[in-house]
Amino acid sequence: MDVIYLDNAATTRVSEGCARVAVRVMTEVWGNPSSRHRMGMDAEDVLRDARKTVASELGAREDEIFFTSGGTEANNLAVLGGARGRGRAGWRVIISSVEHPSVDQAAAQLEAEGFEVVRIAPRDGNIQIDDVAAVLTDNTALVSMMLVNNEIGTILPVAQVARLLRRKKSRALLHCDAVQGFGRLPVSVTALGCDMLTLSGHKIHAPKGVGALYCRKEAQRSLRAILYGGSQQEKYRPGTEPLPNIAALDQAIRELPRTPAQRTEKIAALNTLARQELAKRSEIIINSPEDGAPHILSIATGCIKSETLLNFLSSKGICVSSGSACSKGKKSRVLSQFGLPDHIVDSTLRISFSDDNTPEDVLALCAALSEALGTLARFR
Amino acid sequence: MKEVILIKFGELSLKGLNRSSFESVLVKNVRQAVKPLGEFEIKKSQSTMTVAPKDCSNMDSYAEAISRVFGIAALSRACVCPKDIDIICPTAAEYLQEQLEEVSTFKVETKRADKAFPLKSPEVSAQVGEYILDHFPHLTVDVHNPDVIVHVEIRDSSAYIHGRPLQGAGGLPVGTGGRAAIMISGGIDSPVAAWMMAKRGIELTAVHFASPPYTSERAERKVIDLLGKVADWAGVIKLFVVPFTEMQEAIRDKCPEELFTVIMRRYMIRIAQRIAESQGALALISGESLGQVASQTLSALCRTDSVAEMPVLRPLIGMDKEEIIRISRKIDTFELSILPFEDCCTVFTPKHPRTRPTAELIEEGEAPLKADGLDERLMDEAARNAVRHWIAPNRG
Repeated sequence: MDVIYLDNAATTRVSEGCARVAVRVMTEVWGNPSSRHRMGMDAEDVLRDARKTVASELGAREDEIFFTSGGTEANNLAVLGGARGRGRAGWRVIISSVEHPSVDQAAAQLEAEGFEVVRIAPRDGNIQIDDVAAVLTDNTALVSMMLVNNEIGTILPVAQVARLLRRKKSRALLHCDAVQGFGRLPVSVTALGCDMLTLSGHKIHAPKGVGALYCRKEAQRSLRAILYGGSQQEKYRPGTEPLPNIAALDQAIRELPRTPAQRTEKIAALNTLARQELAKRSEIIINSPEDGAPHILSIATGCIKSETLLNFLSSKGICVSSGSACSKGKKSRVLSQFGLPDHIVDSTLRISFSDDNTPEDVLALCAALSEALGTLARFR
Repeated sequence: MKEVILIKFGELSLKGLNRSSFESVLVKNVRQAVKPLGEFEIKKSQSTMTVAPKDCSNMDSYAEAISRVFGIAALSRACVCPKDIDIICPTAAEYLQEQLEEVSTFKVETKRADKAFPLKSPEVSAQVGEYILDHFPHLTVDVHNPDVIVHVEIRDSSAYIHGRPLQGAGGLPVGTGGRAAIMISGGIDSPVAAWMMAKRGIELTAVHFASPPYTSERAERKVIDLLGKVADWAGVIKLFVVPFTEMQEAIRDKCPEELFTVIMRRYMIRIAQRIAESQGALALISGESLGQVASQTLSALCRTDSVAEMPVLRPLIGMDKEEIIRISRKIDTFELSILPFEDCCTVFTPKHPRTRPTAELIEEGEAPLKADGLDERLMDEAARNAVRHWIAPNRG
């Protein structure tokens, strides 16, 4: 059975080019970048090249990029390391209530350490700057806000928060989890005005196991490491760098279309097509905002449980994701935070595109959904 | 130091004339349990069994594997030494050093099976006790309520020394109680019910109802993993995964909503019974606990039981959820059980189920399904298309 993969916000297929680069590094440039000999120096060149690529993609400096094992680790480093460095117990940390668990749970850890964590819920479908301003205090150590919400694609007002912090002359560090935006939307650390930014490789066709944290040079003295070991990456992230993955991330960025328009052209067209097709079934509700990131389309049937629909589509070789974590009383925290009612949360599907997808994929999905609505048992 | 595991039989030492057949099943089960660990020898005498591994470096694994075999009251790791009191004394002190260091009182008990041994039992105990007192000055002897009993057994071939015994799994050897079919959903209760009946010597066949796409492949894998944990205690289990979607959709289409659950359970019993019969099982096992949910009220159980032609064993019927959870933690199924996958179709759960359905009401409710033998056909298909899996124990 051919697989139609529409779950690209979960992970993407590793591109041939990235796989080739990773294999080449594994078998030819396999030295330890910290070694003083020839092999080590060759490996260090690969590392430097990758750092240069990431930095230039973000509009940052090379010494502002730290490679990590992925998005979760980069978010942990930013939230834990940033808050501990800039503040101490009793200080405030502000995050949105729709963050990825790697930010939300890192903040929960800070709470356990005595920080006061304020979670701002969206109003009218997005985070309101006034709500951030209202809770910003002199002793706020960190504000963390994602660029694109991973469940419904909403673009959060990160740049406005940066302006707010500047206007209020706040000491707080601003971190942005850009895992879902990087490679899809223009991501420039100067335009966003953030002090730290997280990205992940496997969302843009690099392998799993590599991510990076940007940390502005001036903010680095406020960043505390969360791992201890050797002196790699200026001790902010000790451990031998996983060079094959890092080189593949470098390659994945090189393979991105050059202009922002080229990057979104194809997936935006798929998104529009899906919306048009799904509009033909009156039951289907679109959760994603019109102006969200084009690669994520969250929908709900309102009447068939996410898990049932997911199983049904899976049996037809169509891979999507449920918006809600599960069905046994544990609702998606994020969807509820966006103000969606329970029957929508319970019946949500997340469709997510990459440049690998075709209009035929979208049509097959829509046909299968239509069939499901005709045959599957409904819960209301 | 050469070590063995001494096994004390459980209840089966009470069995009269059947005793030897119970014992040989137990020997077979112990053999199965330790087989993956390496070469060993098993000897049986009176009410003890001795497992002697060739390689004594992983005695803990042997003890752990044997502690999951039903029909065993207690087991001890024992050290084997020559029948010479001048060797027995220092060996006992050395072998039991750890246990003796952490307690304050002890006594020595000697069993002398070899009556040719020059010292009588009390004399052996006295000499070993004295040696231990000399070498562990913090200890005193307490013959009534000692922290540790040092056991010395003088047998024909050698002497055995052991300390604190480990608790066995209890119950009766699996295979001595006949076969029964467990209806397993994937929740907390059914693996516990299966384990409890295996403990009473029952050999298990398992039946699971799958309703894709309402239930997922992951739910099925979860059931397989759960049975793997049960198989650690119960031995290999044959699982039948019954495709149940059509039956359920027929119930939804043709029966009154408030009776969905009871009627569904009646059909589950009917289908499970067909499979059980084909496997030579004499009973069904279910994880129901009285009053836990609407389908587990006494009147609902009456309605489901009335279609059963074999006994439905419900070992959890009088237990509270907390008691059930305690066992599920002990047998390590709890964490798996609470994985959140749909099972048995919560989609079809009625909003307001009847908690006291009468027999007439149910008969009436089922009538449309019986027209033209629809339900017979669906049951035949479900039983015939059941997919079989052999579930082996998870660990050695």
